[in-house]
Amino acid sequence: MTFLSDSALDRLRAAADAPDLSGTRYQLIDKLGQGGMGGVYRVEDTVLHRKVALKIVSAFDSGSELADRLLHEARVIAQLEHPGIVPVHDVGTLPDGRVFYAMKLVQGQRLDHHVAGLETLAERLRVFGKICEAVSFAHARGVLHRDLKPQNIMVGPFGEVLVMDWGISKVLGKAEANSSGELAVVGTNHGTVLGTPGFMAPEQARGENVDHRADVFSLGALLHFMNSGTSKAIAAISSKAIAESPGDRYASVHDLSKDVANFLDGLPVSAYPESWMTRLGRWADKNKAWLLLVLAYLIMRTLFILWRAE
Amino acid sequence: MNKVVLGLIVGGILGIFDGLTAWFTPAVRAQMVGIVVGSTFKGLIAGVIIGYFSRKVNSLALGILFGLVVGLILAYAVAAMPDPSGHHYYFEIMIPGGIVGMIVGYATQRYGTAPQLAR
Repeated sequence: MTFLSDSALDRLRAAADAPDLSGTRYQLIDKLGQGGMGGVYRVEDTVLHRKVALKIVSAFDSGSELADRLLHEARVIAQLEHPGIVPVHDVGTLPDGRVFYAMKLVQGQRLDHHVAGLETLAERLRVFGKICEAVSFAHARGVLHRDLKPQNIMVGPFGEVLVMDWGISKVLGKAEANSSGELAVVGTNHGTVLGTPGFMAPEQARGENVDHRADVFSLGALLHFMNSGTSKAIAAISSKAIAESPGDRYASVHDLSKDVANFLDGLPVSAYPESWMTRLGRWADKNKAWLLLVLAYLIMRTLFILWRAE
Repeated sequence: MNKVVLGLIVGGILGIFDGLTAWFTPAVRAQMVGIVVGSTFKGLIAGVIIGYFSRKVNSLALGILFGLVVGLILAYAVAAMPDPSGHHYYFEIMIPGGIVGMIVGYATQRYGTAPQLAR
């Protein structure tokens, strides 16, 4: 008996996993990546003559769980029309029975790669602010991402930030998938652990029910990653966001991003109490022109008084 | 706060303070009340003019420059009036007056609220 080598097996596996796009409007160009649910492919939309990305469930999905999850992700994203969330164009089933959805082809870098090229903390924090805007929007629509990490965030060539991979997102207030096609939760029953260690809230890691503060935790971990220990105030903000107990974290993503915005604007940060000297120094720094004018007036007046007194 | 009202308040307060400093000039101490009233009035007029300018022109640099010009012009008008001995106090009045105008210009541009557009 002859055994196949590992590389031969890999090639066979890749060939078996390659999607059959015959009969669809899409023409395969290349594979962009592989995730837990399936692969992402760069394809040409032959009707609109543009390149899009197709996310296709893995060929090795024995049951319907991954297909349901992919469909769920597509439906969640379709409900979240926001510049910071990649739009879905189409959803369907391939001739080989695999579920797919088409989305905007995002050109750019993953956050971890992009951040490495940013020189100042302010630039990094502005990117973080855009991530918060997208997540805050999703929360306002009752959607938790639950897997925020650098690998799931793309930064485009014009600085646009896109939050990707909503595959394990959770829709608050809806228990199960429904037949009407509305946004609904798939899988992730109580006790199921989905997420990424290091960016996943403790309650999520324990398989407990989570709320929006799980995303606050992940954003805090992202902020810690982006700060890389350069600012004490930002370190304090990320520490508050990644508190063990959800009650000790920021109450919302908006509160978290407000603290970061305050830091950028030179305003007090709720997570970082300052001495009155520091506060005074920051106030003086912010009101330099005002102080200089008042000082100039007082000096002028004093000089005239001394001149007259002689 | 409305830019004109803020200009009025800042100009008035600085005008009072500016007038009170005349106490350190013994030669004019006897005319303190008139000086303080006149200085306050000058501050109020400067505040209204500079505040109105701030409503029309949204620029910190131009606001401060305009404040300086208005402060100098009004201070000149006051300094042109001699004391009973016929002495003029151009420097003592005009230089602080110009700085007061700059402070009002800064305050109205930086802290005043622009009028809301009608819907």
